[in-house]
Amino acid sequence: MLQNENRASTSSARTEFALTDTIFAVSSGHPPAAIAVMRISGPDADAVLSALTTVELPEPRYAALRTLWAGGQKLDSALVIRFPGPGSATGEDLVELHLHGGRATIAVVSAALAQIPGLRPAEPGEFTRRAFENGRMDLSQAEGLSDLLAAETEHQRRSALAVASGGLSHIVEGLRGELLAASARVEVAIDFADEDDVSPWPERTAVLSAMAVRIDALLANPPAERLRDGVRIAIAGPPNAGKSTLINSLVSRDAAIISPIAGTTRDVIEVPVALHGLPLVFIDTAGLRDETGDSIEAIGISRAQAIIASSDLVLWLGDPDTAPDRAGVIAVRAKSDISDAAEGAHISVSAMTGAGMAALIDTITNAAKAVLPAPDAIALNARQRACLVDLYTEARAAAATDDLILSAEHLRRARLALDRLTGRAGVEDMLDALFGTFCIGK
Amino acid sequence: MSYDVIIIGGGHAGCEAAAAAARRGASVALVTMARATVGAMSCNPAIGGVGKGQLVREVDALDGIIGRAGDAAAIHYRMLNRSKGKAVQGPRIQADRIAYRDAVQTVLAAQAGLDIIEGQVESLLISEGRMAGVKLRDGERIESPSVVIATGTFLSARMFCGDTVSDGGRAGEPAASALGQQLRALDLPVARLKTGTPPRLDGRTIDWSRLDVQPSDDDNWTLSPLGKRVLPQLFCAITRTNRMTHDVIRGALHQSPMFTGAIEASGPRYCPSIEDKVVRFGDRDGHQIFLEPEGRDDPLIYPNGISTSLPIEVQLAMLRTIDGLERVVIAQPGYAVEYDYLDPRALDHHLESRALPGLFLAGQVNGTTGYEEAAAQGLVAGANAAANALTLPRLRLDRDTSYIGVMIDDLVLQGVTEPYRMLTARAEHRLHLRADNAETRLTGIGVMHGLIGDVRSDHWQAREAARMIADTVMSFGGDRSIAARIRRDSLDSYSMRALDPTLAALSDDVLDELIEDARYAPYVDRQRSEVASRRAATHVNIRPDLDYAGIAGLSAEMVQRLNAARPATLGDAERIPGITPAALSALLVYNRAGAMR
Repeated sequence: MLQNENRASTSSARTEFALTDTIFAVSSGHPPAAIAVMRISGPDADAVLSALTTVELPEPRYAALRTLWAGGQKLDSALVIRFPGPGSATGEDLVELHLHGGRATIAVVSAALAQIPGLRPAEPGEFTRRAFENGRMDLSQAEGLSDLLAAETEHQRRSALAVASGGLSHIVEGLRGELLAASARVEVAIDFADEDDVSPWPERTAVLSAMAVRIDALLANPPAERLRDGVRIAIAGPPNAGKSTLINSLVSRDAAIISPIAGTTRDVIEVPVALHGLPLVFIDTAGLRDETGDSIEAIGISRAQAIIASSDLVLWLGDPDTAPDRAGVIAVRAKSDISDAAEGAHISVSAMTGAGMAALIDTITNAAKAVLPAPDAIALNARQRACLVDLYTEARAAAATDDLILSAEHLRRARLALDRLTGRAGVEDMLDALFGTFCIGK
Repeated sequence: MSYDVIIIGGGHAGCEAAAAAARRGASVALVTMARATVGAMSCNPAIGGVGKGQLVREVDALDGIIGRAGDAAAIHYRMLNRSKGKAVQGPRIQADRIAYRDAVQTVLAAQAGLDIIEGQVESLLISEGRMAGVKLRDGERIESPSVVIATGTFLSARMFCGDTVSDGGRAGEPAASALGQQLRALDLPVARLKTGTPPRLDGRTIDWSRLDVQPSDDDNWTLSPLGKRVLPQLFCAITRTNRMTHDVIRGALHQSPMFTGAIEASGPRYCPSIEDKVVRFGDRDGHQIFLEPEGRDDPLIYPNGISTSLPIEVQLAMLRTIDGLERVVIAQPGYAVEYDYLDPRALDHHLESRALPGLFLAGQVNGTTGYEEAAAQGLVAGANAAANALTLPRLRLDRDTSYIGVMIDDLVLQGVTEPYRMLTARAEHRLHLRADNAETRLTGIGVMHGLIGDVRSDHWQAREAARMIADTVMSFGGDRSIAARIRRDSLDSYSMRALDPTLAALSDDVLDELIEDARYAPYVDRQRSEVASRRAATHVNIRPDLDYAGIAGLSAEMVQRLNAARPATLGDAERIPGITPAALSALLVYNRAGAMR
């Protein structure tokens, strides 16, 4: 269930839709819970609420208790709130029904809503998309919010919050200001060369290089996708080393099991799990051994080796001396209840008795934290990274060239890259910076 | 009386409009309040500059007047940004005011199909929602399907000098108030702007010996390839304000109409009054002043850099604190002008009013400043006024072919908040839009639109043939081509001539143009692909009846800006200030949804 719908919406191609539809969906977490928030957004939102209730609509933005009816049947007693557009979360008329959070209640209300003509269930991410298209948030905020909705763990949630509440926008605003100021300095030297307030700008290379260095530092943050998709941890070792048992034990220690997903082959199992608030994906691999007559097993082994190579971390259950030669390997001595201590093993555990499991989980989560962006750091998604890479390249080129006109051209392209990241920084903004700084005019 | 085209106003926009319409074969009446002032330079007698010089070359490449008249009257040539590469070099001249006016009048007199009529237009004649002509103050009616308003600052103009306020568009000349009132009554969007001019000085009372002089460039470049340097060259001088000057100004701010609130309209940021400079940049201890001669036989000096509307006695006290001006005499005080302009967002890219077909507007009345901006709009408006009357192809210039295209696109989509001045920073295709290749970019377009006379046409054809052959020679050979070696080894024109007889035979201007082309080719190619991809993405037509107010999520300000500019395509909408990417996608969705209904 955690392969949550919002995730699909952030990357998949947009489908055609008309903004005139009214849509509904449960916008709170997965039932059962104390309450479930059903959102209805679109031009018919108020009409839908009227159809479900018998008394007049409440004042906008005031919570009111209402009995919801459909077909002569009482559905639920709910707290209802109206948010008229465009000042609502989606920019459209929006109604929230705070229902009792049982599955049955949600099912019966959903069924009743689906019966109303012109009303349809929301597509994944459609509320966010409407909010963006109605100008309720800029692109980077929209992306932050969709990650927030997809956030399954505390760690993901905090990082998504940093973007959604404008952490990235804040940094970009700073860069934008510097870029406009730099452009203004270069443009003033071109367009107002005969003014005595204007000097060639000897610090140009130093200032622009420093800007490039800071963009580069921002790019050094681990990518957001890792946060969203989880740290990948391969569990590997010889056959019968206790890999599957260990996975089951790790997973059963925490209630946050999502769902086991069959791998691409019958011999790789991926299990997403949240431990200490971190999103992790354990990958069970085929047992490794040197000789096998079974060609299918051979394929499994080579696949396992590929997974070991591409994972962020490896839990190695075999002889520490034969552990894969790479960073991020945690050697584990499994079955500590029945086997002797292996030389060099980092941690001894018994999945059967539970001995050592807490220490193992601490070790795993500490190693995973190093792979993830810090919770309050800005995690960039692929699109944002691409814009910043362009920005970096252009800032570097603008610093490097001796030709002022080409420097201006690179700065113009840098402004375009920034435009793509968030909002627009047009020529007028640059001229504002120019005329605000220099005394121009004869 | 009836004509194909009527032009109201004989300034730089009006003269280019009249001549361009006549070159396309229209019969043209240019109506002016005073025949003698046709082609007059009302402010600084300088033409060109960075950005503006590119406009001059473009108007000239379309066979306009300003470049040739400028050469005929030039008494000082200066190529700005000489050290910075051709893309941003700005040719600029000082003109002899009288010689310039005479040169313009000579061109107009020689133009077939063009009559100059002295009179004051009292009202526009409108029939069935279209232009039908004009009525003069003496009651005479002139019929025409196309009218170009090029009245500069004369619409409802008021002049300020200290606390003295008078009606008038230029010192000693009346304002065109009746027409201004009719335009307001027609519900065309009218607003006010401000501009100013410095006092004119008697050059015989300036101590030139104390000042640094700036001689005319001694190489032989001209504004127009068809022009020649004919007049003797004079020098300009440079002085500057000082702390004493600033003290005088600060002590009199309460007498400046801009600070007392008498003038509310916005003035240009790039041409602030000296009061503004002292207030906004109080930390500077001096501001440069160029002392520019107004003519050969004229003692008048234009002190460029101290536009002011302070009372005349303050102007004199301020001037006399300045080096070289200790005993200066003011020939005519400086003043500020506040005037009506029509929001250019009510126009389309042909400079035709959307509300009143057949009505064209050009020049300062559209909120621009400067002779060059006016001339460029005049040419486009005149060409299209003729097209309207004679059913010819319209002239539309794009942002990637010309500064003229950049300016008109900015005007009709973004409107103005201050008098609009051309800057190279506004042109995203600056590396290609150079003063040295205006003919290559535009004369062919001019030929297709019937705007080019025989002399220019012959010149262009010969030049273009030589240029294209040389271009082929230079591009041949991949990495070892001459073009590649210019980029890699900074090959110069001298070595190039030695390499190939075709290049050896080229004129300097063609060879220099080709060198610049080669130098910036990778950048220009990249820009071209940018343009192509943007065109594909943004060439979505927006339905003309789209109700912006009905689109959820657009702010009231965005709705107002979109309604004012009525963008034709999504790409146009993108260039309107304050339109966010989110608003664009909402626009796209609604536009598409409406089309499906």
